[in-house]
Amino acid sequence: MKRELPLLITAVIGLFMLLSFYVPHHIVSVPADYLQQCAVIVVAFGYVLGGANALTVNLSAIARRQPDWPYKVVLVATLVFTVAIGLKEGRHWQDERTISMFLYNQVYSSMQGTMFALLAFFIASAAFRAFRVRTLEAGLLAAAALIVMLGRVPIGDQMTAWLPAPLRLGAVQDWIMNVPQNAAKRAILMGAALGVMATGLRVILGIERSYLGGGD
Amino acid sequence: MTTQQGTLFAVLLVAALAAAPARAQAPAAAATPPAPEPPSGLTVADVPNDAGTSLALQWTLSPDDGAGRGVVAGYRLERATSPSGPWTVVDSLAPATKAYTDGGVHRNTPYFYRVGAFGAGGLTLALSNAGPGIGRETWFNSTRVSVLAFMLVFYLLVLFFMERARTGHKPFVRRLPGIDAIEEAIGRATEMGRPVLYVPGIQDIDDIQTVAGLVILESVARLTARYETPIRVPVAYPIPFTIAQEMVKSGYLNAGRPEAYDPDSVQFVSPEQFAFVAKLTGIMLRDRPAAHIFMGSFYAESLMLAETGFQTGAIQVAGTANVHQLPFFVVACDYTLIGEELFAASAYLSGEARLVGGLKGADMLKLLMILTILVGCVLETFGMHGLTVWMQTQ
Repeated sequence: MKRELPLLITAVIGLFMLLSFYVPHHIVSVPADYLQQCAVIVVAFGYVLGGANALTVNLSAIARRQPDWPYKVVLVATLVFTVAIGLKEGRHWQDERTISMFLYNQVYSSMQGTMFALLAFFIASAAFRAFRVRTLEAGLLAAAALIVMLGRVPIGDQMTAWLPAPLRLGAVQDWIMNVPQNAAKRAILMGAALGVMATGLRVILGIERSYLGGGD
Repeated sequence: MTTQQGTLFAVLLVAALAAAPARAQAPAAAATPPAPEPPSGLTVADVPNDAGTSLALQWTLSPDDGAGRGVVAGYRLERATSPSGPWTVVDSLAPATKAYTDGGVHRNTPYFYRVGAFGAGGLTLALSNAGPGIGRETWFNSTRVSVLAFMLVFYLLVLFFMERARTGHKPFVRRLPGIDAIEEAIGRATEMGRPVLYVPGIQDIDDIQTVAGLVILESVARLTARYETPIRVPVAYPIPFTIAQEMVKSGYLNAGRPEAYDPDSVQFVSPEQFAFVAKLTGIMLRDRPAAHIFMGSFYAESLMLAETGFQTGAIQVAGTANVHQLPFFVVACDYTLIGEELFAASAYLSGEARLVGGLKGADMLKLLMILTILVGCVLETFGMHGLTVWMQTQ
């Protein structure tokens, strides 16, 4: 029963949501919207489990004095402080001059921006490795990348201004992006979409049930 | 100069002097331009194939709405439930806009609309209103017939080949080097006495790639249990976190080593993208897992994770259907599952006949899609648009 009931609920709700894609009538669309709102509420309860796990794992690491335990003290203190401030400020947390907004704008956003900025360096190191021409395929990739990068900046067209318009770098990079690149991308997307549909069908029909765990 | 010429000159001079003040005053008059001419021909119609919550509006532009004229600053659309009002503003629209879909109406309720052009000189409403427009709901979105047809064919093919596989006709599945490499990577981690890091993407459970990543996790956990190698699974969202716990527990149970399951091996981190990255890169650099397996939906963090992993020297296997992240994984990982291979991985790893049969069904539909594309190209070439129109959805 522990396995059959979730499978039944999954099948019924899954088929109903599938039906709502084709039937716009309010008899179907209103319950479908309601079910989606229920999902948001379920996720909200899930955060309690997630928060409890974060506390358990990190407090036990602190108690065992793991090598990096001071970092975990900072994490737990920050977690507790932020939740406490959020509870104190309640629904007004987004007002001006609240501590929550200060933490969000001055601490969280800055740190997030810093992490994101690192991406530029990672792209540089990855590109250096990707464009080493060792095989024919790598050579084609490097050539295509060079054309696209140059074709997307004014100097690319200026360098090839003496050529007929269709052969200038801007036009060639347009062709690369619109024809071979787009064709490959769409092929991958169509294959992935079929994979999505097949996985969805397996879950709805209960053929894929490993997500329910191994217990009875 | 004759007397007549002198008289003409004098008249022209007087006329020029008289006109001069008028020209001098012209800039002052331009500061307050007249109100724009009103738009006309407003029509309202029900949007078909919806829940009756949208009405489509069209009108003819104001004669003053022309490029560079600057008289019309925009259009204001208003609606009421009776022709005499009261009127409420639906939206303000940019110049040159002559159509709008009002998606905020109640079904089976009559609505009246009026449109006006506004500019620096004020607002001029159209001379007549439009309506009543009534949003009617429909039972079936007829523009999605083509999707339904393909979906039914696909599901019938998948079910047919699943049943066929169950009765002993298991189809051949080509080798997927990326999945074969997972066992190799876990074996290497075992030799080095280091853990395996498994990341099921950074999206919630409503992304089917997360489901696929979690399904593969069960097989990976079974392998790590068999090899007696610790696994670490950081998860970004709480619902996938609880499912990941079940998956790892299930893997250890199916490997016959339930006592080796460590509840702390699956850890909730944060749904915030870069907080998640910070945690993962910390694990990579401090704990030095020997194998990194990324299976699921990834965005900008894909390269940050894969590059950090590359620098630690770990074997890396990735799989995602997010096409924009695939190049990053291809560059920085040893093996990459591309698109549909991610969804085929669970069938490949489990070897279960019904799941493998489903792959054959997907291949058959792919063949059908290729044929449809070719036929569509031929029909379009000869000016026949029926198939293209049938495939368009709303």
